[in-house]
Amino acid sequence: MSADHGHGHGHSLDPTVTEPDPHVPQAPSGRAVRIGIGGPVGSGKTALVAALARTLGSRLRLGVVTNDIYTTEDADFLRRAGVLTPDRIEAVQTGCCPHTAIRDDITANLDAVELLEERFGDLDLVLVESGGDNLTAVFSRGLIDRQIFVVDVAGGDKVPRKGGPGVTTADLLVINKVDLAPYVGADLEVMTSDAHRMRGELPVIAQSLVTDPAASDVTEWVLAQLAAVRVPAA
Amino acid sequence: MASLAALTLADARFPGGGHVHSGGVEEAAARGLITGVPDLGSFLSGRLRTTGLVGAAFAAAAVVAAARPDAGWAVLDGELDARTPAAAQRDASRAQGRAALRAARLSWPSPVLDALCAVTPRPHHALLVGAVVGIDGGSPAEAARCLAYLAVSGPASAAVRLLGLDPLAVNAAIVALRPALDAVVAQAAQAAALSPDRLPAPGAPVLDLMAQAHVHHHREQVRLFVS
Ligand SMILES: Nc1nc2c(ncn2[C@@H]2O[C@H](COP(=O)(O)OP(=O)(O)O)[C@@H](O)[C@H]2O)c(=O)[nH]1
Ligand SMILES: [Mg+2]
Repeated sequence: MSADHGHGHGHSLDPTVTEPDPHVPQAPSGRAVRIGIGGPVGSGKTALVAALARTLGSRLRLGVVTNDIYTTEDADFLRRAGVLTPDRIEAVQTGCCPHTAIRDDITANLDAVELLEERFGDLDLVLVESGGDNLTAVFSRGLIDRQIFVVDVAGGDKVPRKGGPGVTTADLLVINKVDLAPYVGADLEVMTSDAHRMRGELPVIAQSLVTDPAASDVTEWVLAQLAAVRVPAA
Repeated sequence: MASLAALTLADARFPGGGHVHSGGVEEAAARGLITGVPDLGSFLSGRLRTTGLVGAAFAAAAVVAAARPDAGWAVLDGELDARTPAAAQRDASRAQGRAALRAARLSWPSPVLDALCAVTPRPHHALLVGAVVGIDGGSPAEAARCLAYLAVSGPASAAVRLLGLDPLAVNAAIVALRPALDAVVAQAAQAAALSPDRLPAPGAPVLDLMAQAHVHHHREQVRLFVS
Protein backbone atom coordinates (compact mmCIF):
# COMPACT_ATOMS: atom_id res chain seq x y z
CA MET A 1 0.00 0.00 0.00
CA SER A 2 2.93 2.34 -0.29
CA ALA A 3 2.77 5.20 -2.72
CA ASP A 4 6.09 4.12 -4.21
CA HIS A 5 6.41 4.39 -7.93
CA GLY A 6 7.40 1.82 -10.49
CA HIS A 7 7.07 -1.32 -8.37
CA GLY A 8 8.92 -4.15 -10.00
CA HIS A 9 9.19 -2.47 -13.38
CA GLY A 10 12.77 -1.23 -13.18
CA HIS A 11 11.78 2.11 -14.65
CA SER A 12 9.54 5.01 -13.72
CA LEU A 13 7.22 7.10 -15.83
CA ASP A 14 8.10 10.18 -13.77
CA PRO A 15 10.75 12.12 -15.72
CA THR A 16 12.01 13.79 -12.53
CA VAL A 17 12.99 10.43 -11.05
CA THR A 18 16.52 9.45 -11.99
CA GLU A 19 17.03 6.17 -10.16
CA PRO A 20 14.96 3.09 -10.89
CA ASP A 21 13.08 1.84 -7.85
CA PRO A 22 14.93 -1.29 -6.73
CA HIS A 23 12.24 -2.41 -4.30
CA VAL A 24 9.82 -5.22 -4.93
CA PRO A 25 6.64 -5.17 -2.85
CA GLN A 26 7.18 -6.88 0.46
CA ALA A 27 4.80 -7.77 3.23
CA PRO A 28 5.64 -5.68 6.27
CA SER A 29 6.96 -7.92 9.02
CA GLY A 30 4.22 -9.54 11.01
CA ARG A 31 1.28 -9.24 8.69
CA ALA A 32 -0.16 -12.23 6.88
CA VAL A 33 0.64 -12.93 3.27
CA ARG A 34 -2.48 -12.18 1.21
CA ILE A 35 -3.35 -14.21 -1.83
CA GLY A 36 -6.27 -13.22 -4.05
CA ILE A 37 -8.33 -15.84 -5.89
CA GLY A 38 -10.28 -14.44 -8.83
CA GLY A 39 -12.06 -15.73 -11.92
CA PRO A 40 -15.49 -16.16 -13.48
CA VAL A 41 -18.56 -17.44 -11.62
CA GLY A 42 -18.51 -21.18 -11.05
CA SER A 43 -14.92 -21.75 -12.12
CA GLY A 44 -14.07 -23.28 -8.74
CA LYS A 45 -12.77 -20.43 -6.55
CA THR A 46 -14.65 -21.48 -3.42
CA ALA A 47 -13.77 -25.12 -4.07
CA LEU A 48 -10.11 -24.11 -4.29
CA VAL A 49 -10.35 -22.11 -1.05
CA ALA A 50 -11.85 -25.20 0.59
CA ALA A 51 -9.11 -27.44 -0.79
CA LEU A 52 -6.38 -25.08 0.43
CA ALA A 53 -8.05 -24.81 3.82
CA ARG A 54 -8.15 -28.58 4.03
CA THR A 55 -4.49 -29.05 3.12
CA LEU A 56 -3.01 -25.98 4.82
CA GLY A 57 -5.46 -25.29 7.65
CA SER A 58 -3.67 -27.50 10.15
CA ARG A 59 -0.19 -26.23 9.23
CA LEU A 60 -0.85 -22.51 8.87
CA ARG A 61 -2.86 -19.87 10.68
CA LEU A 62 -5.40 -19.15 7.99
CA GLY A 63 -8.11 -16.57 7.37
CA VAL A 64 -10.50 -16.21 4.43
CA VAL A 65 -12.24 -13.13 3.03
CA THR A 66 -15.00 -13.86 0.55
CA ASN A 67 -16.47 -11.30 -1.85
CA ASP A 68 -18.83 -13.75 -3.44
CA ILE A 69 -22.53 -13.32 -2.86
CA TYR A 70 -22.30 -15.02 0.42
CA THR A 71 -25.02 -17.35 1.55
CA THR A 72 -25.25 -19.65 4.50
CA GLU A 73 -24.66 -22.47 1.98
CA ASP A 74 -21.22 -21.04 1.23
CA ALA A 75 -20.42 -20.86 4.92
CA ASP A 76 -21.76 -24.39 5.43
CA PHE A 77 -19.74 -25.62 2.50
CA LEU A 78 -16.52 -24.18 3.87
CA ARG A 79 -17.32 -25.42 7.36
CA ARG A 80 -18.02 -28.92 6.06
CA ALA A 81 -14.74 -28.77 4.19
CA GLY A 82 -13.15 -29.20 7.61
CA VAL A 83 -10.71 -26.81 9.10
CA LEU A 84 -12.41 -23.47 8.56
CA THR A 85 -14.59 -22.30 11.41
CA PRO A 86 -17.05 -19.55 10.50
CA ASP A 87 -15.15 -16.96 12.54
CA ARG A 88 -12.19 -17.37 10.20
CA ILE A 89 -14.30 -16.28 7.25
CA GLU A 90 -15.22 -12.63 6.70
CA ALA A 91 -17.76 -11.77 4.04
CA VAL A 92 -17.59 -8.47 2.16
CA GLN A 93 -20.58 -6.85 0.44
CA THR A 94 -19.56 -5.45 -2.91
CA GLY A 95 -22.56 -3.29 -3.82
CA CYS A 96 -23.11 -5.27 -7.05
CA CYS A 97 -19.59 -4.41 -8.22
CA PRO A 98 -17.23 -7.28 -7.37
CA HIS A 99 -14.39 -5.88 -9.44
CA THR A 100 -14.65 -2.47 -7.76
CA ALA A 101 -14.26 -4.08 -4.35
CA ILE A 102 -11.04 -5.88 -5.26
CA ARG A 103 -9.50 -3.30 -7.57
CA ASP A 104 -10.73 0.31 -7.52
CA ASP A 105 -11.91 0.65 -3.95
CA ILE A 106 -10.32 -1.98 -1.77
CA THR A 107 -11.19 -0.44 1.59
CA ALA A 108 -13.92 -2.92 2.56
CA ASN A 109 -11.55 -5.79 1.85
CA LEU A 110 -8.72 -4.17 3.78
CA ASP A 111 -11.11 -3.73 6.71
CA ALA A 112 -12.07 -7.42 6.51
CA VAL A 113 -8.44 -8.59 6.42
CA GLU A 114 -7.57 -6.38 9.38
CA LEU A 115 -10.59 -7.63 11.30
CA LEU A 116 -9.36 -11.21 10.91
CA GLU A 117 -5.86 -10.17 11.94
CA GLU A 118 -7.22 -8.41 15.01
CA ARG A 119 -9.41 -11.39 15.90
CA PHE A 120 -6.70 -14.01 15.64
CA GLY A 121 -3.49 -12.12 16.26
CA ASP A 122 -0.82 -13.30 13.89
CA LEU A 123 -2.06 -15.03 10.77
CA ASP A 124 0.22 -16.64 8.19
CA LEU A 125 -2.07 -16.52 5.20
CA VAL A 126 -5.25 -14.71 4.22
CA LEU A 127 -7.06 -15.93 1.10
CA VAL A 128 -9.28 -13.32 -0.55
CA GLU A 129 -11.90 -14.82 -2.88
CA SER A 130 -13.31 -12.33 -5.35
CA GLY A 131 -16.89 -12.34 -6.50
CA GLY A 132 -17.31 -14.15 -9.79
CA ASP A 133 -16.56 -11.65 -12.50
CA ASN A 134 -15.37 -11.29 -16.06
CA LEU A 135 -11.93 -11.79 -17.55
CA THR A 136 -10.87 -8.19 -16.91
CA ALA A 137 -11.20 -8.33 -13.13
CA VAL A 138 -7.89 -8.39 -11.27
CA PHE A 139 -6.92 -7.62 -7.69
CA SER A 140 -5.22 -4.41 -6.71
CA ARG A 141 -1.65 -4.90 -5.51
CA GLY A 142 -2.66 -2.68 -2.61
CA LEU A 143 -4.88 -5.50 -1.36
CA ILE A 144 -2.98 -8.70 -2.10
CA ASP A 145 0.60 -9.89 -2.48
CA ARG A 146 -0.08 -12.57 -5.07
CA GLN A 147 -3.09 -13.52 -7.14
CA ILE A 148 -4.48 -16.69 -8.66
CA PHE A 149 -6.92 -16.55 -11.57
CA VAL A 150 -9.17 -19.59 -11.90
CA VAL A 151 -10.85 -20.48 -15.18
CA ASP A 152 -12.48 -23.79 -15.92
CA VAL A 153 -12.58 -26.20 -18.79
CA ALA A 154 -16.36 -26.11 -18.96
CA GLY A 155 -16.25 -22.38 -19.74
CA GLY A 156 -14.83 -23.29 -23.13
CA ASP A 157 -11.31 -23.90 -24.40
CA LYS A 158 -11.20 -20.42 -25.98
CA VAL A 159 -11.02 -18.65 -22.60
CA PRO A 160 -7.21 -18.45 -22.27
CA ARG A 161 -6.96 -17.15 -25.84
CA LYS A 162 -9.36 -14.32 -25.04
CA GLY A 163 -6.77 -12.99 -22.63
CA GLY A 164 -7.69 -10.07 -20.40
CA PRO A 165 -5.69 -8.96 -17.37
CA GLY A 166 -6.80 -11.94 -15.26
CA VAL A 167 -5.45 -14.52 -17.68
CA THR A 168 -2.39 -12.57 -18.76
CA THR A 169 -1.14 -10.97 -15.52
CA ALA A 170 -2.20 -13.17 -12.58
CA ASP A 171 0.74 -14.67 -10.72
CA LEU A 172 -0.80 -18.11 -11.27
CA LEU A 173 -3.40 -19.23 -13.79
CA VAL A 174 -5.38 -22.31 -12.79
CA ILE A 175 -7.26 -24.23 -15.46
CA ASN A 176 -9.74 -26.10 -13.31
CA LYS A 177 -12.10 -29.05 -13.85
CA VAL A 178 -9.89 -30.87 -16.35
CA ASP A 179 -11.92 -33.99 -15.48
CA LEU A 180 -14.78 -32.44 -17.45
CA ALA A 181 -12.79 -31.91 -20.67
CA PRO A 182 -14.09 -35.03 -22.47
CA TYR A 183 -17.70 -34.15 -21.65
CA VAL A 184 -17.63 -30.60 -22.93
CA GLY A 185 -15.42 -31.21 -25.94
CA ALA A 186 -12.66 -28.97 -24.61
CA ASP A 187 -9.15 -29.42 -25.96
CA LEU A 188 -6.81 -29.25 -22.97
CA GLU A 189 -3.71 -29.04 -25.17
CA VAL A 190 -5.12 -25.93 -26.83
CA MET A 191 -6.06 -24.39 -23.49
CA THR A 192 -2.69 -24.85 -21.89
CA SER A 193 -0.65 -23.86 -24.93
CA ASP A 194 -2.80 -20.74 -25.42
CA ALA A 195 -2.38 -19.96 -21.74
CA HIS A 196 1.40 -20.24 -21.95
CA ARG A 197 1.46 -18.16 -25.10
CA MET A 198 -0.60 -15.40 -23.43
CA ARG A 199 1.40 -15.50 -20.18
CA GLY A 200 5.01 -15.86 -21.21
CA GLU A 201 6.99 -17.06 -18.19
CA LEU A 202 4.11 -16.91 -15.71
CA PRO A 203 2.99 -20.32 -14.39
CA VAL A 204 -0.11 -22.28 -15.42
CA ILE A 205 -1.55 -25.22 -13.47
CA ALA A 206 -4.20 -27.52 -14.93
CA GLN A 207 -6.05 -29.43 -12.22
CA SER A 208 -9.19 -31.22 -11.20
CA LEU A 209 -10.47 -30.93 -7.67
CA VAL A 210 -12.45 -34.10 -8.28
CA THR A 211 -9.41 -36.25 -9.00
CA ASP A 212 -7.11 -34.22 -6.70
CA PRO A 213 -9.20 -32.78 -3.84
CA ALA A 214 -6.01 -31.60 -2.14
CA ALA A 215 -5.12 -29.24 -5.01
CA SER A 216 -1.55 -30.47 -4.65
CA ASP A 217 0.10 -28.31 -7.30
CA VAL A 218 -1.61 -25.12 -6.18
CA THR A 219 -0.79 -25.91 -2.55
CA GLU A 220 2.86 -26.25 -3.47
CA TRP A 221 2.75 -22.95 -5.34
CA VAL A 222 1.10 -21.21 -2.36
CA LEU A 223 3.78 -22.51 -0.01
CA ALA A 224 6.48 -21.26 -2.36
CA GLN A 225 4.84 -17.81 -2.33
CA LEU A 226 4.70 -17.82 1.46
CA ALA A 227 8.44 -18.44 1.55
CA ALA A 228 9.13 -15.78 -1.08
CA VAL A 229 6.84 -13.01 0.15
CA ARG A 230 7.47 -13.30 3.88
CA VAL A 231 9.83 -10.81 5.45
CA PRO A 232 12.18 -12.47 7.96
CA ALA A 233 10.98 -11.94 11.51
CA ALA A 234 12.42 -8.76 13.00
CA MET B 1 -11.02 28.27 -5.69
CA ALA B 2 -13.09 25.14 -5.16
CA SER B 3 -11.72 22.73 -2.59
CA LEU B 4 -9.95 19.86 -4.33
CA ALA B 5 -10.66 17.74 -1.26
CA ALA B 6 -14.41 18.33 -1.59
CA LEU B 7 -14.29 17.37 -5.27
CA THR B 8 -12.20 14.28 -4.55
CA LEU B 9 -14.40 13.08 -1.70
CA ALA B 10 -17.56 13.55 -3.80
CA ASP B 11 -16.08 11.65 -6.77
CA ALA B 12 -17.57 8.17 -7.17
CA ARG B 13 -14.05 6.96 -7.96
CA PHE B 14 -12.69 8.08 -4.60
CA PRO B 15 -11.58 4.84 -2.91
CA GLY B 16 -13.43 5.47 0.32
CA GLY B 17 -15.80 2.53 0.48
CA GLY B 18 -18.90 4.46 -0.63
CA HIS B 19 -19.98 2.10 -3.38
CA VAL B 20 -21.08 -0.62 -0.94
CA HIS B 21 -23.65 1.63 0.76
CA SER B 22 -27.11 2.17 -0.71
CA GLY B 23 -28.42 4.51 2.00
CA GLY B 24 -31.61 2.49 2.38
CA VAL B 25 -32.27 1.99 -1.34
CA GLU B 26 -31.61 -1.76 -1.26
CA GLU B 27 -34.17 -2.25 1.50
CA ALA B 28 -36.68 0.11 -0.11
CA ALA B 29 -36.30 -1.63 -3.48
CA ALA B 30 -36.65 -5.07 -1.88
CA ARG B 31 -39.96 -3.90 -0.38
CA GLY B 32 -41.19 -2.58 -3.70
CA LEU B 33 -41.13 1.01 -2.43
CA ILE B 34 -38.78 2.12 -5.19
CA THR B 35 -39.48 0.74 -8.63
CA GLY B 36 -38.63 3.58 -10.99
CA VAL B 37 -37.04 6.99 -11.35
CA PRO B 38 -40.03 8.99 -9.96
CA ASP B 39 -40.05 6.91 -6.72
CA LEU B 40 -36.32 7.29 -6.49
CA GLY B 41 -36.59 11.06 -6.90
CA SER B 42 -38.93 11.39 -3.94
CA PHE B 43 -36.86 8.98 -1.86
CA LEU B 44 -33.74 11.07 -2.54
CA SER B 45 -35.58 14.30 -1.79
CA GLY B 46 -36.62 12.96 1.61
CA ARG B 47 -33.19 11.62 2.34
CA LEU B 48 -31.54 14.91 1.39
CA ARG B 49 -33.74 16.94 3.75
CA THR B 50 -33.21 14.63 6.72
CA THR B 51 -30.08 12.46 6.84
CA GLY B 52 -28.54 14.74 4.23
CA LEU B 53 -29.09 17.90 6.26
CA VAL B 54 -27.72 16.34 9.44
CA GLY B 55 -24.61 15.13 7.62
CA ALA B 56 -24.12 18.44 5.83
CA ALA B 57 -24.43 20.42 9.07
CA PHE B 58 -21.92 18.21 10.87
CA ALA B 59 -19.51 18.33 7.94
CA ALA B 60 -19.73 22.13 7.99
CA ALA B 61 -19.26 22.19 11.77
CA ALA B 62 -16.23 19.89 11.39
CA VAL B 63 -14.57 22.44 9.08
CA VAL B 64 -14.95 25.07 11.80
CA ALA B 65 -13.77 22.59 14.44
CA ALA B 66 -10.71 21.56 12.41
CA ALA B 67 -9.46 25.15 12.52
CA ARG B 68 -9.65 25.36 16.31
CA PRO B 69 -6.74 24.41 18.58
CA ASP B 70 -9.12 22.13 20.46
CA ALA B 71 -11.53 20.77 17.88
CA GLY B 72 -13.87 19.12 20.39
CA TRP B 73 -14.33 16.00 18.25
CA ALA B 74 -15.78 13.97 21.09
CA VAL B 75 -18.72 16.34 21.50
CA LEU B 76 -19.44 16.44 17.76
CA ASP B 77 -19.17 12.66 17.63
CA GLY B 78 -21.66 12.26 20.47
CA GLU B 79 -24.09 14.81 19.05
CA LEU B 80 -24.07 13.07 15.66
CA ASP B 81 -24.64 9.72 17.35
CA ALA B 82 -27.63 11.25 19.12
CA ARG B 83 -29.07 12.37 15.75
CA THR B 84 -28.63 8.90 14.24
CA PRO B 85 -31.03 6.71 16.24
CA ALA B 86 -30.63 3.53 14.16
CA ALA B 87 -27.59 1.50 15.19
CA ALA B 88 -27.32 0.26 11.61
CA GLN B 89 -26.98 3.81 10.34
CA ARG B 90 -24.40 4.75 12.95
CA ASP B 91 -22.47 1.70 11.92
CA ALA B 92 -22.75 2.51 8.21
CA SER B 93 -21.62 6.09 8.81
CA ARG B 94 -18.60 4.94 10.83
CA ALA B 95 -17.73 2.23 8.31
CA GLN B 96 -17.63 4.85 5.57
CA GLY B 97 -15.71 7.28 7.76
CA ARG B 98 -13.11 4.67 8.56
CA ALA B 99 -12.81 3.64 4.91
CA ALA B 100 -12.39 7.25 3.79
CA LEU B 101 -9.87 7.79 6.57
CA ARG B 102 -7.51 5.26 4.97
CA ALA B 103 -7.35 7.29 1.80
CA ALA B 104 -7.37 10.60 3.66
CA ARG B 105 -4.35 9.72 5.78
CA LEU B 106 -2.26 9.20 2.65
CA SER B 107 -3.60 12.20 0.77
CA TRP B 108 -4.07 14.82 3.50
CA PRO B 109 -1.85 13.79 6.43
CA SER B 110 -2.43 16.20 9.29
CA PRO B 111 -2.44 16.45 13.10
CA VAL B 112 -6.13 17.34 12.70
CA LEU B 113 -6.84 13.82 11.39
CA ASP B 114 -4.65 12.33 14.11
CA ALA B 115 -6.68 14.16 16.75
CA LEU B 116 -9.96 12.96 15.22
CA CYS B 117 -8.67 9.38 15.17
CA ALA B 118 -7.49 9.62 18.75
CA VAL B 119 -11.08 10.32 19.76
CA THR B 120 -12.53 7.66 17.47
CA PRO B 121 -10.71 5.30 15.12
CA ARG B 122 -14.01 4.92 13.25
CA PRO B 123 -15.13 8.52 12.79
CA HIS B 124 -18.52 9.41 11.39
CA HIS B 125 -18.28 10.01 7.65
CA ALA B 126 -19.55 13.60 7.93
CA LEU B 127 -16.87 14.52 10.48
CA LEU B 128 -14.13 12.92 8.40
CA VAL B 129 -15.28 14.81 5.30
CA GLY B 130 -15.46 18.11 7.20
CA ALA B 131 -12.03 17.57 8.75
CA VAL B 132 -10.44 16.83 5.38
CA VAL B 133 -12.09 19.76 3.60
CA GLY B 134 -10.94 21.97 6.49
CA ILE B 135 -7.37 20.67 6.25
CA ASP B 136 -7.48 21.40 2.53
CA GLY B 137 -8.51 25.02 3.18
CA GLY B 138 -12.11 24.56 2.05
CA SER B 139 -15.14 26.30 3.52
CA PRO B 140 -17.97 24.92 5.67
CA ALA B 141 -20.31 25.35 2.69
CA GLU B 142 -18.04 23.26 0.47
CA ALA B 143 -17.95 20.44 3.00
CA ALA B 144 -21.73 20.67 3.42
CA ARG B 145 -22.26 20.52 -0.35
CA CYS B 146 -20.00 17.48 -0.61
CA LEU B 147 -21.89 15.63 2.11
CA ALA B 148 -25.34 16.65 0.85
CA TYR B 149 -24.44 15.56 -2.67
CA LEU B 150 -23.11 12.21 -1.44
CA ALA B 151 -26.32 11.71 0.54
CA VAL B 152 -28.17 11.46 -2.78
CA SER B 153 -25.57 10.41 -5.35
CA GLY B 154 -24.58 7.21 -3.51
CA PRO B 155 -28.16 5.90 -3.14
CA ALA B 156 -28.93 6.95 -6.74
CA SER B 157 -26.01 4.91 -8.03
CA ALA B 158 -27.14 1.94 -5.94
CA ALA B 159 -30.60 2.21 -7.52
CA VAL B 160 -29.07 2.13 -11.00
CA ARG B 161 -27.21 -1.05 -10.10
CA LEU B 162 -30.07 -2.78 -8.27
CA LEU B 163 -32.99 -1.88 -10.52
CA GLY B 164 -31.34 -1.32 -13.88
CA LEU B 165 -32.73 2.23 -14.01
CA ASP B 166 -31.71 4.47 -16.87
CA PRO B 167 -28.56 6.20 -15.58
CA LEU B 168 -29.23 9.31 -17.67
CA ALA B 169 -32.70 9.71 -16.15
CA VAL B 170 -31.30 9.10 -12.66
CA ASN B 171 -28.66 11.74 -13.21
CA ALA B 172 -31.37 14.19 -14.24
CA ALA B 173 -33.29 13.30 -11.07
CA ILE B 174 -30.26 14.22 -8.96
CA VAL B 175 -29.78 17.51 -10.78
CA ALA B 176 -33.49 18.29 -10.31
CA LEU B 177 -32.82 18.35 -6.56
CA ARG B 178 -30.69 21.48 -7.00
CA PRO B 179 -33.02 23.90 -5.12
CA ALA B 180 -33.31 21.54 -2.15
CA LEU B 181 -29.57 20.90 -2.24
CA ASP B 182 -28.81 24.61 -2.18
CA ALA B 183 -31.20 25.13 0.72
CA VAL B 184 -29.62 22.30 2.72
CA VAL B 185 -26.12 23.66 2.09
CA ALA B 186 -27.14 27.17 3.12
CA GLN B 187 -28.78 25.93 6.31
CA ALA B 188 -25.78 23.74 7.14
CA ALA B 189 -23.24 26.51 6.51
CA GLN B 190 -25.26 28.91 8.66
CA ALA B 191 -25.27 26.41 11.51
CA ALA B 192 -21.57 25.56 11.21
CA ALA B 193 -20.36 27.73 14.07
CA LEU B 194 -23.20 26.93 16.47
CA SER B 195 -22.52 24.93 19.57
CA PRO B 196 -22.90 21.25 18.55
CA ASP B 197 -26.07 20.70 20.56
CA ARG B 198 -27.76 23.43 18.47
CA LEU B 199 -27.02 21.80 15.11
CA PRO B 200 -30.07 20.72 13.03
CA ALA B 201 -31.71 17.45 14.05
CA PRO B 202 -34.41 16.44 11.57
CA GLY B 203 -35.54 12.82 11.86
CA ALA B 204 -36.44 10.21 9.25
CA PRO B 205 -38.03 7.33 11.17
CA VAL B 206 -38.78 5.31 8.03
CA LEU B 207 -35.13 5.42 6.97
CA ASP B 208 -34.11 4.44 10.51
CA LEU B 209 -36.46 1.47 10.53
CA MET B 210 -35.45 0.35 7.05
CA ALA B 211 -31.77 0.52 7.97
CA GLN B 212 -32.43 -1.80 10.90
CA ALA B 213 -34.57 -4.10 8.76
CA HIS B 214 -31.81 -4.26 6.16
CA VAL B 215 -29.28 -5.51 8.68
CA HIS B 216 -31.81 -7.97 10.05
CA HIS B 217 -32.62 -9.37 6.60
CA HIS B 218 -28.97 -9.56 5.80
CA ARG B 219 -28.64 -12.36 8.31
CA GLU B 220 -31.43 -14.31 6.62
CA GLN B 221 -31.02 -13.67 2.95
CA VAL B 222 -28.54 -12.27 0.49
CA ARG B 223 -28.01 -8.53 0.49
CA LEU B 224 -25.52 -6.88 -1.83
CA PHE B 225 -24.97 -3.63 0.06
CA VAL B 226 -23.75 -2.99 3.58
CA SER B 227 -26.48 -0.42 4.16
N1 LIG C 1 -16.14 -31.61 -12.07
C1 LIG C 1 -15.56 -30.67 -11.33
N2 LIG C 1 -16.33 -29.81 -10.62
C2 LIG C 1 -15.71 -28.87 -9.89
C3 LIG C 1 -14.29 -28.75 -9.82
N3 LIG C 1 -13.99 -27.70 -9.02
C4 LIG C 1 -15.18 -27.17 -8.61
N4 LIG C 1 -16.20 -27.87 -9.13
C5 LIG C 1 -17.65 -27.62 -8.94
O1 LIG C 1 -17.99 -26.45 -9.64
C6 LIG C 1 -19.05 -25.77 -8.99
C7 LIG C 1 -18.69 -24.31 -8.76
O2 LIG C 1 -17.59 -24.26 -7.87
P1 LIG C 1 -17.35 -23.02 -6.87
O3 LIG C 1 -16.10 -23.31 -6.15
O4 LIG C 1 -18.56 -22.73 -6.09
O5 LIG C 1 -17.12 -21.86 -7.96
P2 LIG C 1 -16.87 -20.30 -7.71
O6 LIG C 1 -18.11 -19.60 -8.15
O7 LIG C 1 -15.71 -19.97 -8.60
O8 LIG C 1 -16.57 -20.10 -6.27
C8 LIG C 1 -19.29 -26.52 -7.69
O9 LIG C 1 -20.40 -27.35 -7.87
C9 LIG C 1 -18.03 -27.32 -7.50
O10 LIG C 1 -18.23 -28.51 -6.80
C10 LIG C 1 -13.50 -29.70 -10.57
O11 LIG C 1 -12.27 -29.66 -10.57
N5 LIG C 1 -14.19 -30.62 -11.31
MG1 LIG D 1 -17.37 -18.79 -4.82
